[in-house]
Amino acid sequence: MTPKRRKRLILIALMVAGVGIAIAVALKAFNENLMFFYTPTAVAGGEAPAGHLIRVGGLVTKGSVKRQSDGLTVTFDITDYAETIKVQYTGILPDLFREGQGIVARGRLQKGNLFVAEEVLAKHDEKYMPPEVADALKTAKKNGAVGAATGGETP
Amino acid sequence: MARYLRYMVPLAIFALLVAFLYRGLSLDPKLVPSPLVGKPIPKFTLTRLDNPAASISDADFRGKVTLLNVWATWCVSCRQEHETLVQLAKTGQVDIYGLNYKDNREDARQWLTRYGNPYVANAFDSDGRVGIDWGVYGAPETFIIDREGIIRHKHIGPLTIEIINDEILPLVAKLKS
Amino acid sequence: MIPELGHFALILALSLALVLSIFPMIGSLNNTPGWIALARPAALGQFFFIAIAFGCLVSSFLTDDFSVAYVAQNGNTLLPDVYKVSAVWGAHEGSLLLWVFILSGWTVAVSMLARHLPAVVLARVLSVMGMVSIGFLSFLLFTSNPFARVFPVPLQGGDLNPLLQDPGLAIHPPMLYMGYVGMSVAFSFAIAALIGGRLDAAWARWSRPWTTVAWMFLTIGITLGSWWAYNELGWGGWWFWDPVENASFMPWLAATALIHSLAVTEKRGAFKRWTVLLALLAFSLSLLGTFLVRSGVLTSVHAFATDPARGLFILIFLCIVIGGSLSLYAARAPSVSSGGRFDAFSRETLLLGNNLLLVIITAFVLLGTLAPLIYDALGWGKISVGFPWFNRMFVIFTPFLVVLMGMGPLTRWKHQDPGDLARQLRVALLISLGGGILGSLPILHKGSIWAGLAVMLSLWIVCSLAISLRQRLRYRKGLAGLWQDLGTKGSGSYYGMVVAHFGVAVFIIGVTFVMQYNVEKDIRLSPGQSTELAGYTLRFDGVQGRQGPNYHADRGTVHVLKDDREIAVLHPEKRVYTVQTKPMTESGIDVGFTRDIYVSLGEGLGNGDWSMRLYYKPFVRWIWFGGLLIAIGGLLAASDRRYRIAVRDQLSALGNDGLIANGGS
Repeated sequence: MTPKRRKRLILIALMVAGVGIAIAVALKAFNENLMFFYTPTAVAGGEAPAGHLIRVGGLVTKGSVKRQSDGLTVTFDITDYAETIKVQYTGILPDLFREGQGIVARGRLQKGNLFVAEEVLAKHDEKYMPPEVADALKTAKKNGAVGAATGGETP
Repeated sequence: MARYLRYMVPLAIFALLVAFLYRGLSLDPKLVPSPLVGKPIPKFTLTRLDNPAASISDADFRGKVTLLNVWATWCVSCRQEHETLVQLAKTGQVDIYGLNYKDNREDARQWLTRYGNPYVANAFDSDGRVGIDWGVYGAPETFIIDREGIIRHKHIGPLTIEIINDEILPLVAKLKS
Repeated sequence: MIPELGHFALILALSLALVLSIFPMIGSLNNTPGWIALARPAALGQFFFIAIAFGCLVSSFLTDDFSVAYVAQNGNTLLPDVYKVSAVWGAHEGSLLLWVFILSGWTVAVSMLARHLPAVVLARVLSVMGMVSIGFLSFLLFTSNPFARVFPVPLQGGDLNPLLQDPGLAIHPPMLYMGYVGMSVAFSFAIAALIGGRLDAAWARWSRPWTTVAWMFLTIGITLGSWWAYNELGWGGWWFWDPVENASFMPWLAATALIHSLAVTEKRGAFKRWTVLLALLAFSLSLLGTFLVRSGVLTSVHAFATDPARGLFILIFLCIVIGGSLSLYAARAPSVSSGGRFDAFSRETLLLGNNLLLVIITAFVLLGTLAPLIYDALGWGKISVGFPWFNRMFVIFTPFLVVLMGMGPLTRWKHQDPGDLARQLRVALLISLGGGILGSLPILHKGSIWAGLAVMLSLWIVCSLAISLRQRLRYRKGLAGLWQDLGTKGSGSYYGMVVAHFGVAVFIIGVTFVMQYNVEKDIRLSPGQSTELAGYTLRFDGVQGRQGPNYHADRGTVHVLKDDREIAVLHPEKRVYTVQTKPMTESGIDVGFTRDIYVSLGEGLGNGDWSMRLYYKPFVRWIWFGGLLIAIGGLLAASDRRYRIAVRDQLSALGNDGLIANGGS
């Protein structure tokens, strides 16, 4: 192998190695940063990992929004009509947050199934329900958990 | 040959991407035909919008061909389709029932007083639970129900004259015969 | 009447687009001058009719013609006139009309300004642009007609989304579309070259200015979007790695790689196949972005109204355009000859590294954007990719890019002695390292490795640029010398590079410092109460109601003081628009060169108390200032005198290649 060729080869090898390491690091970080979405039913059923950053979503139960005395911490319930979980958030809620709306919250599950949210997302359109939430409601219906008002027929 | 293969890589990657995107499109509930079509309407009982003491239930839908229109005062597209609905109601070709979805009773009543009421009766679904049973994702949505109470068609989005003439009325005529 | 006129004009435009796509292309293959000559008139005609259609829609908005469904959905009598015009592109149908209007504009521009190209090549380029036009015009006419009537006519319109009633957002889509659509020019040039089987330095020279201008617009569009988000959304954020944002960032990354790669192909005839592929990729990413944003496949806070039926149309269009172009590439690329040779250490290699890194970043952004879709499609659950990952991934790769940026301008084409380069950059290295260490120390702010890294990288770029400038102006001293140099051929490209790279350095400082040192405080305040924020005192003086043209606002007053001296009074607002009744936050911002003070109202808590969010954002303006500089660099590069010479002998272009010392790019 000519010295020129060898130099070129070494350079290429170095580049590939450097880039390869960077890619490996980025991919590993990717996996750690994936946030899975859990429904209130899943959370109540213990499927959601505690302490990890996850997302939960559901409809904000009417009458459940309670503001703490400091003015900034608020707790509310979210439900998929099968199960309900409590969410706590300190900060300013998004403009479109209101009872009866579908929201998605990002945060961690603490003991006692209290979800401490770091961010609350409400979509920018009243008639738009986050697909994950809509899906969750549909699944909950399918699994037979029904309220008194509705009766039995499952789609 | 290997040389040529190298240049086909971008195309191959694109093909894979298209496969995912296509799958992604079909995952959207609006593209998939509603699973409720062909099934009986869900059992429910709700108070009437105009009179909280009176109720309306699935039993009211048997015996005639009807439309159920899901609407709300907060829904801008509903406002747009409203005149079309009023016109349709005037023709008397089909009874239109309303499902007032996640709304405020007073607001909804005032709305109907102001803009006209095409509905035979309105069911007041304040928390949207019944809507969930019907597979409602948002407003407006319109269902065509036959005499036996089977859902025959679901239209998502606001109704226009064209849709009424092309989609709704022909089916209604067919179901009536 | 007018909407029907607009509709008819679009139909005429479509038929002209058909003429434009078919005849010149076939004419170029059979060498029929008559058919080739149809290209320019067809392009002009297409533009003329689309302009009429656009004018009709604008007129419908300005006259509050609510019989047009699109106007009924997005217009309103109370809407200020300037926003009535911008409402034209505020939603799906109208923005598509804008897209196609801009596309027809670019087509005309190419037909007029690229006259020096061989007629056969120009015909093919215009034909391909015509084909893209057909796709979009069909999309408009068959699925998204902006002139569809609604009957009965509503008395009032649905109003433009309040978030869009802002000057920044009024120009952001046009700028962005100028960029997206402009990529179709590079795309068309690439297709024309593949069809003709002739891929050489001349092709690169023709493509380059068009690509640079498109890239410049894309830069402006993205920068504006970020600036708008910061001003309007009330959260102090300026980039969210949102799918819609990523949809604009990916073409930008690919286009950046493309303009650098074109430099190599133009100067040295190397990287030909790769450059062509990049040109196809940049526009493909533009189209992909259009698909992602309008099909409902991805959820995003600012996607257009989702409609899977439309999504299917775009997907099919994507398959035809991208699939077709990549197939052409697979068929033709193998027979393209390899270009100039270069050594292991040379400017070519560094630019190759640049391209490699940019492509990797693009791939990762694509991965992060599509991952939720892929996971859902495979049934692996509903995920979302966190914002921190995108940041981390970007931060991993950018330093490598910056290192190359410092070396590139000083490295010779074809062969560079590493030792020689090291000697030239010695000073730069020392200053950067020193600055980096200083920057990470807790002198003005608390200590931070990242801040130090940012300072180091920025200084690296700036010092390298200074060394390069010094060498270039070696024989022309002083300002007079600089002025003289600006007039020479090739100076546009060079100074464009200098300004753009400098912009990157400014951008890096802005981003890193604002992320490291920003202070955020959520607080509840009573009227008259003060609080401290990063050395400033903020006094809340209560909230009053106020009526705007089409909204009602709760207007707060916050006094900003430093050392007991009042420096600003801010008026954050919470608005409720009359028609859409969505609450909206207007932040109060004290703008500064080295920092912003940002206040956002939360909610009234009773007794005049309000919750609010306060931000101290150091160097945040440097982000957009950097973006602006990058765009200016692009403008300078595109205006290089050598592109303005009308008559070119394409073969002589190859003769001018060869060893060019630092200073050319």
